[in-house]
Amino acid sequence: MSARIYPWLFVAFLASVPLWIGNQYFLYILTSAGIFIIAAISLNLLLGFTGQLSLGHVAFFGIGAYVAALSTLGFDLEFGSARFVFPRQPVWVGFFAAILVAGGFGLLIGKLAFRVRGAYFVIVTISFAQVMRMIALNWVDLTEGPMALNNIPPLSLWIPGEGVVGFFKKEYNYYLVLVLAVLSYLLVQRIVRSRVGRAMIALRENEPLALSVGVDVTRYLVVATVVSAGMAGMAGALYTHYIRIVDPDVFLFIYTVTMVIMVVTGGKGTLAGPVVGGFIFGALPELLREVASPEVQWILYGIAMIAIVFFLPQGIVPALAARFAARRGPGAKPEPEARAP
Amino acid sequence: MTGHSSGRLSPPGALLEVANVAVHFSGLVAIADLNFRVPEGRILSLIGPNGAGKTTAFNVITGFLKPTAGHVLYRGHDLTRLAADKIAGLGVVRTFQRTSIFGGCTVFENVLIGSHLRGRTETWRALLRSARVDAEEQALAGHAREILDFVGLGARSGELAGNLAYGEQRRLGIAIALAADPKLLLLDEPAAGLNPSETEEFMRTVGRIRERGVTILLVEHDMRLVMSISDTVVVLNNGVIIAEGPPEAVQRDPEVIRAYLGQGYKRAAG
Ligand SMILES: Nc1ncnc2c1ncn2[C@@H]1O[C@H](COP(=O)(O)OP(=O)(O)OP(=O)(O)O)[C@@H](O)[C@H]1O
Ligand SMILES: [Mg+2]
Repeated sequence: MSARIYPWLFVAFLASVPLWIGNQYFLYILTSAGIFIIAAISLNLLLGFTGQLSLGHVAFFGIGAYVAALSTLGFDLEFGSARFVFPRQPVWVGFFAAILVAGGFGLLIGKLAFRVRGAYFVIVTISFAQVMRMIALNWVDLTEGPMALNNIPPLSLWIPGEGVVGFFKKEYNYYLVLVLAVLSYLLVQRIVRSRVGRAMIALRENEPLALSVGVDVTRYLVVATVVSAGMAGMAGALYTHYIRIVDPDVFLFIYTVTMVIMVVTGGKGTLAGPVVGGFIFGALPELLREVASPEVQWILYGIAMIAIVFFLPQGIVPALAARFAARRGPGAKPEPEARAP
Repeated sequence: MTGHSSGRLSPPGALLEVANVAVHFSGLVAIADLNFRVPEGRILSLIGPNGAGKTTAFNVITGFLKPTAGHVLYRGHDLTRLAADKIAGLGVVRTFQRTSIFGGCTVFENVLIGSHLRGRTETWRALLRSARVDAEEQALAGHAREILDFVGLGARSGELAGNLAYGEQRRLGIAIALAADPKLLLLDEPAAGLNPSETEEFMRTVGRIRERGVTILLVEHDMRLVMSISDTVVVLNNGVIIAEGPPEAVQRDPEVIRAYLGQGYKRAAG
């Protein structure tokens, strides 16, 4: 039996969860973990495959969240005497606008990344997220500032036999996030296992060598940033419509850190890494909340993270892949992308 | 006889011309005024003591460094205006003095990356993964296998490049460059650190690369190797050319011998 079937068995299992799970709260946890997994998958394209550390990734997530919220709620702005009215849009218009606008910012950051690399790029990306947070906090006319944008409608879909259904139910959101997470995974997989993905990996592994054989590294870095940013924006839009309120804290640095932790502990540069890391660090805090006080939660969270980084520096997925390969005996090839740099 | 002297009288189709190139690093003159031509189909070696400016010349030719002055002409293109990846696209491909591979990728993937410019697939097509993309991937894979067999790494294609032995990594470096379909191949000390039998093997490889119609610009310290395979030798010292000509003539040049004294040149050349 081909190993290819395992991921699909896992998806089938996830699809069955709402049918038998009694506690709706778990569905909520899985859905929010799923949203973060999409964000982590998007970060992994940049961090894991092109090797560029962006510590402002949450900016794209937050931009997506705000764009989706603002387009579905509509807004009006006054510039002196001029008044600009943006009417309410259907939820899916806002959803796609979120992807496009976040992707557009990705284009900007991608072009910038080529001028400033390494530590400077890290600083630029952190500042970018901070600036976004400041705008969200202070442009009260547009964003309501710390008061948050409320009453954001849920996503809706036309379902045969039921008509247009708002996604008020947990199962609907759960399935939507599951489908989009699978699509995000497949999208990254297609890119990574192609000539385009090889160019990204070449940039990560050895930039001068990549240049010397004609790889236009700028171009592929920009492609990676745009795709990554658009996908993070989509995750942000999902988040907005799911929790139906968005405030400037969506841009907090801690969310970027969470995404980085998911990618690194799962295994950066592997396809499954952000999924595994995302499940652990997306669901763990929520599950711990049931049994432990906040302080204890954070300590346990920290211990789990340090233990993984310490014992499995490459991440969980590469470690498992190595185990598996060893079991199958010498000569067994590892999965092409199951390797960290 | 390599026919170099006749070539000098009536310059044959020089594939590459380095004209009045100077490189200064904040005061340090790495290259003072460099002029030479590489005729098509030949092997030209650039030699000189450590720090003579050989690698710097390679960096200028392949677009990794902008010269302080001068031009590099390749088939009518001024390479000094082009970015490194565009120069590779014209068929001017270099290897690196320090072993340079994609260590985290398999040997096979290394060569696939090398043949990047043979492919056409861009993001949209990669996402749709049409039959055309699959056909291209197969063609690239076939090409990669051919190159790996050519350098004798065919049996190692599934191995992680970082796990190869030193000599194999050096060969992989050449395979990556060959995969990029060079017309002009610049090899920076390809035999450095190889044992005598590996060097022997490498010499044959260079010969076979030339048979593929590739012009070669070689930087190498192994004088026996240089003198036996070069058509022309250019000797660089302190950023200036002190001798140029067929190996036999250069070997006897008193200034060359002086420049190399203390570097064991006589011994190596003898
Ligand atoms: N990026 C740089 N910045 C400053 N100085 C440099 C730089 N690159 C090279 N140099 C200097 O330029 C001179 C020529 O160096 P280069 O590497 O071209 O020598 P080389 O002939 O390749 O020597 P070797 O045989 O040791 O490889 C040396 O003095 C070196 O220190
Ligand atoms: Mg050198």
